[in-house]
Amino acid sequence: MHSAPNIKKYLMIGAALLVFTVITVAANQLHFAVPLAITVALVIAITKGSMVASVFMHLSDERKWIYGSLLLTVVFFIVLMSVPMFTVMDTIGTPIHHAATAEHTGR
Amino acid sequence: MNIPYTVEERPDTGLANGKLGIWLFLASEVMLFGALFSTYIILRTGAEEWPHGELNVWLGAVNTVILISSSVTMVLAWASLKTHDFGKHRLYLLVTWLLAAIFLVNKYFEYSDHFGRGEGPWHSTFLAIYFTLTGLHGIHILGGMVVMGYFLGPGAKLWKTNPDQFTNRIEYTGLYWHFVDLVWIFLFPVLYLL
Repeated sequence: MHSAPNIKKYLMIGAALLVFTVITVAANQLHFAVPLAITVALVIAITKGSMVASVFMHLSDERKWIYGSLLLTVVFFIVLMSVPMFTVMDTIGTPIHHAATAEHTGR
Repeated sequence: MNIPYTVEERPDTGLANGKLGIWLFLASEVMLFGALFSTYIILRTGAEEWPHGELNVWLGAVNTVILISSSVTMVLAWASLKTHDFGKHRLYLLVTWLLAAIFLVNKYFEYSDHFGRGEGPWHSTFLAIYFTLTGLHGIHILGGMVVMGYFLGPGAKLWKTNPDQFTNRIEYTGLYWHFVDLVWIFLFPVLYLL
């Protein structure tokens, strides 16, 4: 459900994406601290990705069925990205009371 | 037998079947690449040290420019069909195909350089996830080239008999191609810069 193609808009978005690519590489040359470098690179990548999705893929003007299926995808994607965090938090199998048990059994 | 809703929209979804189909396919692709990105995070956070500067940033940046340019030509190929300019459409689609080919040639040089130094996926955890992610992405580029090649060749005949259906097929090809571009937009900083 998108309106007639807007050539000028596509060209402008293409140019903006190229400018953001230059900014990404230039920022890398500044050798920021790792947390800041990750933040800058990901913020620019998310901005570029949003531009591609909303303009080139016409997501800014779509039907609700498309949005519905993508919303479901986003939910599962967040779960998937949280898996590394779950693995860090996971304590199943870790002998929490190991010391106390050892003392109780006299070992 | 005619397949329904290839051009006209279904009353319940308000979409042609192909449109919903390609988006559901792309949703599954998000999960596929998402699983690998998640794996990357686990490997990186669990590693005692992570190599930096192993890849050629400039070659990666050039490939980013190539893929972004191909996304622009792809959307212009579809827009040309909307304005009934089949000649322009073919030109833009051919340029998109060529840009995809240049991307793969660059990737070939990158891979050759690594293998020439004996640095295959077995060499380190970083190179294992690098070859897995970029290899899968490269296969997607190749897949896109096959589809575009079909529409530059025998598939183009549909324009004469059913231009609306042909325009829809190019739109779906474009959606896939933009997704492949989108994945690279994230792969480039994650693998080459961070």
